[in-house]
Amino acid sequence: MAEIVLKDIVKRFGDLIAVNNLSLNIKDKEFLVLLGPSGCGKTTTLRCISGLETPDEGKIFIDGEDVTIRRASRRDIAFVFQLYALYPHMTVYGNITYPLINQRYSKEKIKKEVDRVVEILKIKHILNKKPRELSGGDMQRVALGRAIVRRPKAFLLDEPIGTLDAKFREEMRTELKKLHVDIGATTVYVTHDQVDAMSMGDSIAIMNFGVLQQVGTPNEIYTNPKNLFVANFIGSPGMNFINCNPAMDSSGKLVLRPLLIDTFIPIPDRIQKIILDKKEEEKELVLGVRPEDVMLSMKKGENYIETKVFVVETAGSYNIIDIKLGSDIVRVRTLPTIAPKIGETVYIGVDMKRISIFNKKDGNSIM
Amino acid sequence: MADVKLISLTKTFGDITAIDSMNLEIKDKEFFILLGPTGAGKTTTLRLVAGLEKPDKGEVHLDKFCVNNLSPAVRDVAFVFQYYTLYPNYTVRQNLEFPLRSNLRRLSKPEISKKVAEVARVLHIENLLERETINLSGGEMQRVAIGRAIVRTPKVFLMDEPLSNLDAKLREEMRAELARLHLDLGSTFFYVTHDQIEAMTMGDRVAVLNEGKILQIGTPDEIYNLPKDVFVARFIGSPIINLFDATIEKDTLIFGKRDMVCSIFEKQCSLLKNYNKKNLILGIRPEDIEVSREKQKDNSFKSTVYFKQSMGIEDILNLKINSIIFKAIASPKLQTKVGETVYANINIDRSHLFDTETNKRI
Repeated sequence: MAEIVLKDIVKRFGDLIAVNNLSLNIKDKEFLVLLGPSGCGKTTTLRCISGLETPDEGKIFIDGEDVTIRRASRRDIAFVFQLYALYPHMTVYGNITYPLINQRYSKEKIKKEVDRVVEILKIKHILNKKPRELSGGDMQRVALGRAIVRRPKAFLLDEPIGTLDAKFREEMRTELKKLHVDIGATTVYVTHDQVDAMSMGDSIAIMNFGVLQQVGTPNEIYTNPKNLFVANFIGSPGMNFINCNPAMDSSGKLVLRPLLIDTFIPIPDRIQKIILDKKEEEKELVLGVRPEDVMLSMKKGENYIETKVFVVETAGSYNIIDIKLGSDIVRVRTLPTIAPKIGETVYIGVDMKRISIFNKKDGNSIM
Repeated sequence: MADVKLISLTKTFGDITAIDSMNLEIKDKEFFILLGPTGAGKTTTLRLVAGLEKPDKGEVHLDKFCVNNLSPAVRDVAFVFQYYTLYPNYTVRQNLEFPLRSNLRRLSKPEISKKVAEVARVLHIENLLERETINLSGGEMQRVAIGRAIVRTPKVFLMDEPLSNLDAKLREEMRAELARLHLDLGSTFFYVTHDQIEAMTMGDRVAVLNEGKILQIGTPDEIYNLPKDVFVARFIGSPIINLFDATIEKDTLIFGKRDMVCSIFEKQCSLLKNYNKKNLILGIRPEDIEVSREKQKDNSFKSTVYFKQSMGIEDILNLKINSIIFKAIASPKLQTKVGETVYANINIDRSHLFDTETNKRI
């Protein structure tokens, strides 16, 4: 088991700064997800941890030991690139025992370790099969088995399920999470898919252009995104953004005025105070509202805005109603029983307790 | 615009039967989705409709006519591929004009520019018309690719996973855009995907395909709420439906090794008359299991939170009773912790029962 600490890591490729001053503490037994779009530096970070790359600046510690320049093979870490990388001419048993034979384990010890892996992954019935006889799911399990059999200090996984069907990915997410719960090894998982990150991570580190944007539990990142990038990247359907200018209404209260439609959005006193304290009242702001925090009504209510239904998307356990507000689409998540017609007039309001507000210019949350 | 009809269509590649006597009727102006895992035969079906493959048996009808012997060019269908195929050194305008310049059509210059302007307006790409396509983002390219398909107003649009190369955010936006585009154009869409959420959110009707066979055709509501077999039940809906081995004893349902025992409803009793003492598969969607800290009246079972998947809007709890593990949806407000004891309240009225031998719905 291992604690992994990254301190001020910088990695350049020519003029490009792939990882820019990254510091991260990964606790023992934690499942940390490095999340971001392609080119954000997440894979480079993982390769630095594994020893396949050496950082230009900064230090890497595993269990308190400085391993910054230690060879990959001596870091005792398992790197799973693509779960499908199996030896085609060997049986499942051969594939799983290969790393142990390589390290000259005794026969009894090999048997003991294989039994353990077979029990965890439930693959006893396929031990004598060759990879080509296996289903995709079983192949994945075998590849994982090969990684866990030698009890490494930590696992590094680079988009292992990236190329799979949507349904299969979903099943594998649960399996990987369960595996982590059962063996409890420190895991660093790289992905561009926020659903992977949310459904598996104990914590998530979001990167963009080599810079760490936010670290937190899935819930923290979902409810309190630090900036527009994080808010936009996390959640499906994604957060709605409405560009607004702060303005004073007739009673001298601070309200938000959306740029493209002629209406006012009242805001709670607490948030009025934040805007005034931070002197943001002159600046252009972005109101962020998650689809489940937009309320939809067929009747006009106080502070509700009149709009028309653009599209209705049914998802089975919920519906998404797409509304046009100016030229922007606002998404509302509703119960499956609420299904207005396309073009129908509806009214939308916002649950003000659960909004985010960002400064448009630098993108940072003001909350 | 047109309807599409497939009559006992069969296509084999060597020993593999890709499509196994498929019958399908797509109505005029319908948004029809063919959904299935990789290798199910989805793309082969589309290629048969387009004329890019010849069937071994059966017929393809477009607009009431058998088109088996027509070449792809004269079938008047438009194909949008997963990998957008644009001319990289042409501008967006030139890419859109290209299909209209074909000798088959003989359109005048003003007619061509009128059509291009109309398509650009529908797809919100007016400001991109003079840009070269290599300078576009992925979403913009896919819009242009769709534009090239719609510009010549074909009878039918065939779309082969057009969104699967876009990033998650853009895919969501394009879902709504495509659904709306379909409505605005009023043409027939035949759309293929492996992603159930695309099928559910866009389709008027969905056909679930596996190993070359159609398992169920219905509206998204029908296939979600009344799946015909275990495969469809598992394939549709996220998180995946829970499936339990169960047995019936008179009016009670026994899960696993008596890990849970539920009384069943009257209306289910009559259906299950022939299943007394027999094994069956019971499916319950995670949202039909309510989680509480207090024991509730009926069908409330003590369980442990084995692990938890925080999705932001909801927590997916993986609950454990003895050796059974299943998923339930809980509000993040409940703030459940791993290892904690909670009660799973099973809404047995919303359960799906399947025959163990045939995997078919009872």
